[in-house]
Amino acid sequence: MKQDMSASIKKALENQNLAGILDRWNYPAMRAKAFEGIDFEELRGKIASIKGDAAGRLDELADTFKKNAEANGIKVFRANSAEAARQYIADLCKEKGVKKIVKSKSMATEEIGLNHFLDEFGIKSDETDLGEWICQLAHQTPSHMVMPALHLTKEEISDLFAKETQQPLDNDIQKLVKVARGAIREKFFEADMGISGANIAIAETGTIVTCTNEGNARLSTSLPKIHLALVGLEKLVPNYTDAAPILAALPRNATSQLITSYVQFISAPTKNDDGSMKEVHIVLMDNNRTKMAADPKFKEALQCIRCAACLNVCPVYRLVTGHVFGDIYTGGIGTILTAWFNELKSAEDIQALCIGCDKCNQVCPGKIDISGLILELRHRAANKEGLPFIYKSSLQVINNRKVFHTMLRAASVLQKPFVKDGFIRHLPMFLSGLSEFRSLPSIAPKPFRDIFKTIKQPKCEEKAVFFAGCAIDFVYPKTGEAIVKILNKAGIEVLFPEEQSCCGIPHWASGSFDMAAEAAEHNIAPLLEGDPTYVVVSCGSCTTALKKEWTKILKEQNKEALIPQAQKVAERTYMFTELVDKLIKEKRLTPKEGLELHTLTYHDSCHAKRQVGIYKEPREALSATGFEIKEMTECDTCCGMGGSYTVKQPEISMQMLKQKMKHIEETGAEFVTAECPGCLLQIAGGLDKIGSKIKAVHPAELMVDKFQ
Amino acid sequence: MFENFKARAETSGNTEVKRFETTAQALGFIEEFLAKEEIKEEVGSYAVWAKSPILEAFDNNAMAEKFPGLHFEVTRELAKGAKIGITQLKWGLAETGSMAQDSTDVEQRLASALSWIHVAILPTTKIIADIPAFMTKMHPKDIKFITLITGASKTADIERVLAIGVHGPERLVIVCVDDLELEGVAS
Ligand code: SF4
Ligand code: SF4
Repeated sequence: MKQDMSASIKKALENQNLAGILDRWNYPAMRAKAFEGIDFEELRGKIASIKGDAAGRLDELADTFKKNAEANGIKVFRANSAEAARQYIADLCKEKGVKKIVKSKSMATEEIGLNHFLDEFGIKSDETDLGEWICQLAHQTPSHMVMPALHLTKEEISDLFAKETQQPLDNDIQKLVKVARGAIREKFFEADMGISGANIAIAETGTIVTCTNEGNARLSTSLPKIHLALVGLEKLVPNYTDAAPILAALPRNATSQLITSYVQFISAPTKNDDGSMKEVHIVLMDNNRTKMAADPKFKEALQCIRCAACLNVCPVYRLVTGHVFGDIYTGGIGTILTAWFNELKSAEDIQALCIGCDKCNQVCPGKIDISGLILELRHRAANKEGLPFIYKSSLQVINNRKVFHTMLRAASVLQKPFVKDGFIRHLPMFLSGLSEFRSLPSIAPKPFRDIFKTIKQPKCEEKAVFFAGCAIDFVYPKTGEAIVKILNKAGIEVLFPEEQSCCGIPHWASGSFDMAAEAAEHNIAPLLEGDPTYVVVSCGSCTTALKKEWTKILKEQNKEALIPQAQKVAERTYMFTELVDKLIKEKRLTPKEGLELHTLTYHDSCHAKRQVGIYKEPREALSATGFEIKEMTECDTCCGMGGSYTVKQPEISMQMLKQKMKHIEETGAEFVTAECPGCLLQIAGGLDKIGSKIKAVHPAELMVDKFQ
Repeated sequence: MFENFKARAETSGNTEVKRFETTAQALGFIEEFLAKEEIKEEVGSYAVWAKSPILEAFDNNAMAEKFPGLHFEVTRELAKGAKIGITQLKWGLAETGSMAQDSTDVEQRLASALSWIHVAILPTTKIIADIPAFMTKMHPKDIKFITLITGASKTADIERVLAIGVHGPERLVIVCVDDLELEGVAS
């Protein structure tokens, strides 16, 4: 990571203005309300299929669009590059004597740095979207794709307006808006050209669709005698009716509105009020979009309708804003688009900011696997440049079970001087950053694999293989013991194949797909030994590896021969509470009578909730065993652990943890639990550091004595 | 349909919906409104009325005489100085409280986009369900420029606080008229 990146992260974290605004907005609730009565899955299925189909034939649709728009009297120019688009616009301005331009919001013009380019020819472009205008006055780039100036406070904006209009102003937002109206109104009348973007371009009729709330797009397309629209090829859809689902999802997702105030369908030049004919130019811009469409993985990113929902829900974006996480196009999707469209800045630093929590994927109306594509960027970067040496060797160590396990055993001895109550609170010198904001758990003196041999189990017909994962084995062996005890009560005997090792998620998350496939390879045969009915996993991330990722990654790495076995593992894999819930419902586990009630708050691990969809089962199992669940705010927002993320991005990880602890503390529950040792490690460490009374405990340990 | 339309429109931002059985009653309301808003021949206090079918139902000149400052031609300058812009809309959409405008004639856009108050006349019979229904009524292959209008102009660009009347009207008054455009109703 470059030095300037780390500095800009620190700076962004000091200014939590945008995070505060997004929190007050309460986006998830407002969004849910806007979607009332609408089947989101069905709607996004439609959009994904329309846009996916369009992305497969951009060239053809662009031709159709051009033919139809030109038949209506619009001039259409197909620009292959940013350079070609800029040049066409500059030449047009020169030819028509354009000196002043009003612009309504257009990401595409930002993408090609149009304002700056025209400036060099003495052509002045004024932004008219309020947020864009504020950014222009502040000489900043947008921090959000829908609300560009969300990072600035009303006080800062008032200062900018006062300077621009040369009058003292107070901080009243309603008044500030009227000041902007007054200052910009005249510009619409003076401008020689209006530039807009488009939200949708309809090939069948040669129509562009613009959605705005402020009404600036209406004025900039109506008052100047020339209208130019810069439209990225990904805006194309074949038919008029294809616009309907996009128009339903876009405003609901973008601003939690049912529709924006103004939706314009412009299909032909119309007359000006003096009877002359308006000139309409549309620049259909490629700038790597067809290249993207030809990439089997990234083609999907062209299904984006730029609603920015993925930003609003992203825990990293909220903390660092689009000025750090993205460049012009911001947040998760911005990382992807930046990598393809932006000539200026590489996305390699930016992709490292994504923690892979998948919150974005859930709300995306284009059904884009945003986090998966970011991972793919990471994978390609790792392939091209290789991982940093230290990091790569540590991943290799993890994959070498014997070496890794020996090291962990050694660490258990070495850490002794720093351990108190099972926590490491301070680490010497260069490692101290790791324990600055949360204590670290100590490595257990005896790993689960050793303890397991001493456990006496009843002989049962039914077997379950326990996949412990590194953390349970070496840090939280007690969790493993609890799991064995509970499953025995249901008449299930637990097997623990010693050959098992890391599930491969750390390799996968760092883009080393080959090493992740190796990890899968190591584990598959041992897990099927003794033909178990179940493979039980006590970690959301390991569950994801076993249930989902192994088959995918083996395919990806051309190890097809192993897939049938991997599928067998996947079919038998249960997350621990998922299995307990099933066993309770089958009456094979019966909670004791008269259990003492305790209060608890449940943190959903990102992988458990969004990769394998397990969130009801743990709650039901815990409720059945005497825990009253007090839900915390944003129970499924990432705790900031993210495997090695906490090491690579410690400042962001710490801020995320702080938020999480605030939400946990607010519940006043006795316990917090999460079915992921990583989350538990992060949360328990954070709670210990602030001296909280709330205890972070794995569900298995909470439930261990609760069954008859 | 009307009730849904009204409910949605009235929550879409500084919008009132009135309903009248007859054109004469609606015109009465508009006259009262012009008087109340003190329309006069002065920049900032004009009213502009864009070409509309409803104009055929009364003596325009007589009304213009009664309200100096009321103009039945719409230029950029007049619209810029207008307090009130009156236009007639094609369809109402119940699901979102929106109205569809044939915006081909720039007058329609100037009057509805530049004034402080947009008075939108809508035949009650032309209220349909939603965008898919609208798409069966108005098609870009026949109409060069279509606009869907919902509520007043608004922004949340400063600290996500809603503010009304940024570049367009800060108030929308929808006048639904039951006896308007009764023939040829396709819906
Ligand atoms: S996966 Fe999480 S961190 Fe990454 S972009 Fe999506 S929401 Fe943000
Ligand atoms: S990626 Fe999806 S959620 Fe993000 S802006 Fe695009 S359409 Fe919206």
